[in-house]
Amino acid sequence: MKPNSTSALVAVLFASASFTSAADWLQFRGPGGTGISPEANLPVQLGEKSVAWKAALTGRGLSSPVIVGDRVFLTACSSTEQDRLHVICLSAKDGKKLWERQFWATGRTMSHPKTSVAANTPCSDGKRLFCLFSSNDVLCLDLDGNVLWLRGLGRDYPNASNSLGMAASPIVVGDTLVVPVENDSESFSAGLDVATGANRWKRDRPKLACWATPVLVPDAKSGQPLVVLQSGPGLSVVDARTGQEAWYFTDGASTMSSSVFANGVLYVPSKGMAAMKPGAAGVHPETVWHNNQLSPATASPVVLGDKLFTLNSAGILTAADIKDGKRLWQLRTTGPHSATPVGFGKHLYLVNEKGLVQVVDTSAPEGAVVSTLDLKDTIIGTPSIAGGAVYVRSDKALVKLGGS
Amino acid sequence: MKPLRLLLLGSALAALPAQADFKSDIAAIRQVGGEGKGNVPAAAAWQSLAKGGAQTLVPLLAAMDDANDFAANYLRSAVDAIADRELAAGRKLPQAELEKFLADTKHNPRARRLAYELIARVSPATGEKLLPTFLNDPSVELRRDAVQRLIDAADKALAAQDKAAATKEFSNALTYARDEAQIKKVAGELRKLGQEVDLPRHFGFLTHWKLIGAFDNTKLVGFNTAYPPEKAVDLAAIYDGKLEKARWVDVATPNDYGMVDFNKPFGDLKGVTGYAFTEFNAAAARPAELRLGCKNGWKIWFNGKLLFGRDEYHRGARIDQYRLPVELKAGKNTILVKVCQNEDVKDWTKEWEFQLRVCDATGTAILAKDRPPTPKGPVSAKKAEGKKEAK
Repeated sequence: MKPNSTSALVAVLFASASFTSAADWLQFRGPGGTGISPEANLPVQLGEKSVAWKAALTGRGLSSPVIVGDRVFLTACSSTEQDRLHVICLSAKDGKKLWERQFWATGRTMSHPKTSVAANTPCSDGKRLFCLFSSNDVLCLDLDGNVLWLRGLGRDYPNASNSLGMAASPIVVGDTLVVPVENDSESFSAGLDVATGANRWKRDRPKLACWATPVLVPDAKSGQPLVVLQSGPGLSVVDARTGQEAWYFTDGASTMSSSVFANGVLYVPSKGMAAMKPGAAGVHPETVWHNNQLSPATASPVVLGDKLFTLNSAGILTAADIKDGKRLWQLRTTGPHSATPVGFGKHLYLVNEKGLVQVVDTSAPEGAVVSTLDLKDTIIGTPSIAGGAVYVRSDKALVKLGGS
Repeated sequence: MKPLRLLLLGSALAALPAQADFKSDIAAIRQVGGEGKGNVPAAAAWQSLAKGGAQTLVPLLAAMDDANDFAANYLRSAVDAIADRELAAGRKLPQAELEKFLADTKHNPRARRLAYELIARVSPATGEKLLPTFLNDPSVELRRDAVQRLIDAADKALAAQDKAAATKEFSNALTYARDEAQIKKVAGELRKLGQEVDLPRHFGFLTHWKLIGAFDNTKLVGFNTAYPPEKAVDLAAIYDGKLEKARWVDVATPNDYGMVDFNKPFGDLKGVTGYAFTEFNAAAARPAELRLGCKNGWKIWFNGKLLFGRDEYHRGARIDQYRLPVELKAGKNTILVKVCQNEDVKDWTKEWEFQLRVCDATGTAILAKDRPPTPKGPVSAKKAEGKKEAK
């Protein structure tokens, strides 16, 4: 990869999100889908007083909140059939509801009890909010709750569904919304025009249920952003605007935990963890290392500083050297975990399924849990970070930790 | 749009000041379709409609009559926006008009439910007062809330050791209940009280079938292979199966949830395909739904026409997992179900089965004229539940 390709990607991303600030958290795992906040002043010593506010929610969900400026957006679902879809906007300052819109699901709403129809995290380009649900409804609203367009991908493509529930999240790349609809039957990913919702492209994908969210990597030649579509057989890396495949990887990949791109390297949950420098059209990726002992479970890997972290469902946090993939240390945290860790500086936030928030100092020789806070609630969704605060949601409530 | 609905919408629109704009906005929204068709004019219309006052609420609700699901979503979110703004500004909603709209069961059931929620939001007491009137309502949500009152009353009687009153209330609740969770609860309580409950009949599950198997589904080839029963159903025929000769056998399921299990007559096979056939003798021609639950690959033919098929295996199943609208004809209708089993050997992939019922849009059973008695057997509450599934 060219030395400037990462900065080129960052430039493109910022150009496409000119309405946002560095403090915004616009998609699943925030900036670049890394799970890492650029902020410095976030709460480390958690306690009861860390709870800035707690807002009751009108429906279930495990999607992460999206934060744009002083507003927090999240999705939820309600009714016995989970067929009522909610888009909710709260004030980041006090948790007061600013607006809420409801829609009826047009696709199937069956899911495993552990998940729900509001599983996919929405994304934003700073002026629009794009909400995908397990029913494969895609709702686009502006930040004031005005409806801009609606799609029902489960209606357009009637075998596109997963009886366990869909959960992969959309990402917005310039003027294209990339929507993963990967399942055992009518499996595809699509690029939709952010202005109208119309298909720019639709690409058939392996007939295999997949819950991994796409990430962006730069084209090794041009630096233009490419979308990494992940599934069991491996990766298909495509042009965001055309859906045309630039390069691929066929050595397998997780259908649960998503890849992460950091410091010019793509880390792929693939028979453990595979690190590779992205390719380009006609150029294969360059393998940096592979370690079959770094196997994430549901949670996706995170890169913080010079370490890569994986978390298994039982709560073992493994740190590896990003240069060669060698295991550095393991820390037993309190599991079980479904949420992906998020972090800043040298700290990671881990939230287990029982609602225990654990702050890990990754600079300690063997890693160390430096504080905990029990939210006493079932939490499956990944936290979000913005404005000096960490946002954690359950089926019942959204909690803001820290911040002004 | 049907003439009566047009009349209702027309009378609702008549009271609006900017009638022409309103009508064109509604028209723009009602023309949205699949693949994002019409989204741009619909969004512009939405912006205009959402600025309307409280007097536009009922016309917006009425515009949902016969609207497609995309249009209904535009309209309902505009209703949300208007109601929120009006109430936040301290202004009133048109309660009387909303109640009148709600009372007219010809309107879209979901729009009526939305009207009810607006009424109850402003006046919870009015909402409570109205609930008992919805026991037989076309809106499944209104009906569910009304039935819940009966269940709550029955639970209260039970807590007071008044078994007679509890039995009466639970029986009444079962008559109107269409929600699966409510039915399950009520049936369980009635059985504990010594009452007989014919759940397959209540749901409208088809219990008597002819089954044939097993044809090949190695490497999932069976899903798209047209075996002889797909070409013509000949109940006397014998075919070459995957392992042995394939013959039609009679199966009558006593299962509470109408589960038809291919493993019982054919053994616990993997990589196979089976077919189930039955006839449904309808009292009259009418719209209906075939509702299927199945965790295997499947296809359904109704009166010889392929309705739908799905090649997903062992991701979960539940009652009413798939809803397939059909037009019953008076007299004999035929139903052929193809069920494919994959080669996975994990213990949670053993099931090779389906459940199918005939009902209306509310979930009310439509029973065949010659429906046979529900087979007797050990009472079984076994049903397909997604939570049993793993990835």
